[in-house]
Amino acid sequence: MFSRAYKTAVTVPPLVWVAVFLLVPYLLMFGYSFWSVSPAQTIVHTWNLENYKELLQKPVYWQTLLRSMWIAARVMLFSLLLGYPLAYFLSFYAGKRKDLLYQMVIIPLWVSYLVRAYAWKTILGADGVLNTSLQYAHLINHPLDFLLYSPFAVVLTLTHIYTPFAFLPIYAALEHIPRNLVEASHDLGATPAQTFWKVIFPLSIPGVLAGATFAFVLSLGDFLAPLLLGGPSGIMISNIVVSLFGAAYNWPLGAAISLGMLVLVVSLLFFSERLEKKWSFS
Amino acid sequence: MELLVSGPANASRSRWLLAHAATVFAFLYFPIAVLILYSFNGQGVGGFPPHNLTLDWYRMLFGDGAIWDSVFNSLQVAFAAMAISLMFGVPAALALDRAQFTGKAVFRRLVLLPLILPGIITGLSLAMLFKLTNVKTSLLTIILGHGTALISVATTEVFAGLQKLDRAQEEASLDLGANYWQTFWRVTMPNLKLSIIGAALLIFTLSMDEIAVSFFLIGRDNTLPLEIWGRLRRGITPEINAVSTIIFVFSLVTIVVWYRLRVRAEGSAEVGTELIDSTAYVAN
Amino acid sequence: MTSTTIPNSTASANTQSAAKPSLLSIRNVAKAFGRNSVLRNISLEIAEGEFLTILGESGSGKTTLLRIVAGFESASSGELWMGSERLDGQPPYRRRVNTVFQHYALFPHLTVEQNVGYGLRVAKRPEAEITQRVAEALDKVKMTAHARAKPSKISGGQQQRVALARALVNRPRLLLLDEPLSALDANLRRQMQVELKSLQREVGIAFVFVTHDQEEAMVMSDRIALLRSGELEQVATPREIYSRPATAYVAQFIGHTNLLRGGVQGGVVRCGALAWPASLPDGPALFSLRPEQVRVGSGASGAVKVRGRVLHHAFHGATELIRVQCADGLILVVRIASGGAPQNEVELEFSPSDAVLVRESPERT
Repeated sequence: MFSRAYKTAVTVPPLVWVAVFLLVPYLLMFGYSFWSVSPAQTIVHTWNLENYKELLQKPVYWQTLLRSMWIAARVMLFSLLLGYPLAYFLSFYAGKRKDLLYQMVIIPLWVSYLVRAYAWKTILGADGVLNTSLQYAHLINHPLDFLLYSPFAVVLTLTHIYTPFAFLPIYAALEHIPRNLVEASHDLGATPAQTFWKVIFPLSIPGVLAGATFAFVLSLGDFLAPLLLGGPSGIMISNIVVSLFGAAYNWPLGAAISLGMLVLVVSLLFFSERLEKKWSFS
Repeated sequence: MELLVSGPANASRSRWLLAHAATVFAFLYFPIAVLILYSFNGQGVGGFPPHNLTLDWYRMLFGDGAIWDSVFNSLQVAFAAMAISLMFGVPAALALDRAQFTGKAVFRRLVLLPLILPGIITGLSLAMLFKLTNVKTSLLTIILGHGTALISVATTEVFAGLQKLDRAQEEASLDLGANYWQTFWRVTMPNLKLSIIGAALLIFTLSMDEIAVSFFLIGRDNTLPLEIWGRLRRGITPEINAVSTIIFVFSLVTIVVWYRLRVRAEGSAEVGTELIDSTAYVAN
Repeated sequence: MTSTTIPNSTASANTQSAAKPSLLSIRNVAKAFGRNSVLRNISLEIAEGEFLTILGESGSGKTTLLRIVAGFESASSGELWMGSERLDGQPPYRRRVNTVFQHYALFPHLTVEQNVGYGLRVAKRPEAEITQRVAEALDKVKMTAHARAKPSKISGGQQQRVALARALVNRPRLLLLDEPLSALDANLRRQMQVELKSLQREVGIAFVFVTHDQEEAMVMSDRIALLRSGELEQVATPREIYSRPATAYVAQFIGHTNLLRGGVQGGVVRCGALAWPASLPDGPALFSLRPEQVRVGSGASGAVKVRGRVLHHAFHGATELIRVQCADGLILVVRIASGGAPQNEVELEFSPSDAVLVRESPERT
């Protein structure tokens, strides 16, 4: 139905732009990962695998990656634990308030990440709201110092940020469950609890997988929360990349890590999609 | 639904769920409430309970030149990024919906990749490009970075809008004698109006708050979030509470308007899921 | 001359299946959604093993009534009794009632076998028993070959059978069917009507079947309960409801009819130019006359005769329906055998006893 000219006109400009500003840069990053940096702080364009060897051999990179994955896993878990019952409540119990409550959940999603991370910083600090109010209530005598500049703070903040992300696909999946299935289950003698585990939950699994993937992947690559709230024990893999492009000046190594993250993220998405397909029944 | 809340067991279940929901909402909004509250606190951050309410911080903010400069910079960037994202994102959505070409699969994945990839990677790779081509970092490089990364948002929103568009309308237009160009402006665009405006709002908000992509593309001029970021490195001042509160209010209004537009455009209450669904296209 | 019979009131025209004991007792059930009154004062006895159809247009309240019996809605007032057990407070999963849903509501993540066994699993029956009963149920609906398939892979007609098996395997005391055939195409529908009827006979469980299709109701039911705007118009066997409709609405809803409006004076009915004797009290009267009861004239004695001009033929296969313009603006619809030569003027006649007195059906808000 659409002429060649039409299709060409809509395809070429974005194709060109994306090629120049997305494809080429990523390819450059790929290339950089095989170069190295000279002691004089210039980029040496000789092809080698030194960067990858360094990543595999030096423990700090592995440790940081594992720590990042552990943090991301906890964020994923807590986001799901917070998000699922919330989605279930909205979908099956909220009635007329559903739309308003939905808005209230997704609004924080888009409202300034920086503002929210900063807010937690002020709350969790030694002088912050939590510590001062606990002392005021005489529940503690000294400020709790694990609250800030720790993995705890990072997990807490990222859970706060990504719970709405986990919520969205779970809610969508729950909404798509035809209500007559619930009635049929009751009709056949299953109590509401049995109905939830046998019918509702299995049918919501694709949404759970999508939400979990999103929360995990985005947390994994996060650099702002650890930088603001993580302290030395909360450093994540993206922080290493940032420092390699900043003070530690080793672009090639940074590129190698970035490439590794790219591969990791895409693989996770791929597996997640496979699993989702397996669990989708429409 | 009656059936779900009848009987004593259900009443207690719904009470637990309600309590859980209330807790989650409190968790989501508590930090922001604290922020807003403390922006009026005479003692600045810390100290509980807040007392000595004052507008001093806002007054200070008002006179802070650097902040205003960064706001101005951010606005420039946001509008320019909006223009770029839409200019390339709308055709990209049309291309994905209607055209077949070699490399379409790669194209689709590339366009949507910035949605799920950590922002710094997109920013870094662009920084490499600029370094190699000897382009100095400046507001322009930030604009190019935002514009490129946010094409994914424009494409996703417009693509979702295209699914609701009735093909028959365009066919009718062609049948009645309008050519493709006319049909595009007279029929396609008006139907996409709401999606495009919604996308624009979202892009604007995201650009105003963007740090990750901007991190390595920044030159002498700061954007607002990077200005705030810089001050945070040096220590917390209550002024930051004030500016954060203002940012929150603005983005709140913008997002509510975006939500309303999306609901009107597609009548769906599951607003926002299209962005998560798009990430599925990246790996498949 | 034979005269029209004195009509029964609705109460006695509502046949009880007196031979069979009562299974479900619906007593004065009413239901309102906000200010919208969907069911008003419904009382109905459903007998063991009978095939009862609740027939009505959309909006008549038939689905609501069914859902109240199933337990998905609660009545605003009234009671439901099954034997000596009061039903209306109980949630659906405690009632010995099962439902076949309009769009089948099969669980997409379970196979056919697992769907059918669902109720038994939930009741924690032993595995061996489940396997055996599921196999029996599938065999009854001829779906054994598809036991391992997922619902998305079988056709609509097959899904419907699975839904049936899934409900029946639990041996409910009452089976509710919510327009289960409405999604099927015409031929498959007719086939399923026959199968459902014989299945019900075989299984012996009372079926309550909801539909808007009056032909379907006539074909399948032991009794029909016709619902209009939340009230029961008539409850009777198909034959009775057809030949002795209680009201104008029933007469028009079931099959075709001619409504003759007139008055009785001194033992004689006058409808326009027509007149015949009747032992009825004086006053206005409304009669229902079926098209097949009007014959093209043969000069029978005692028949009411009228002449008219044919306006329109409609071919219906074995028979034809013709519209005849008679004197005084009266239009009669007449059913004649097909194949006759088309005529312009006809002589019609009918027996007075075939004109059934019916009550008015006033508009209900």
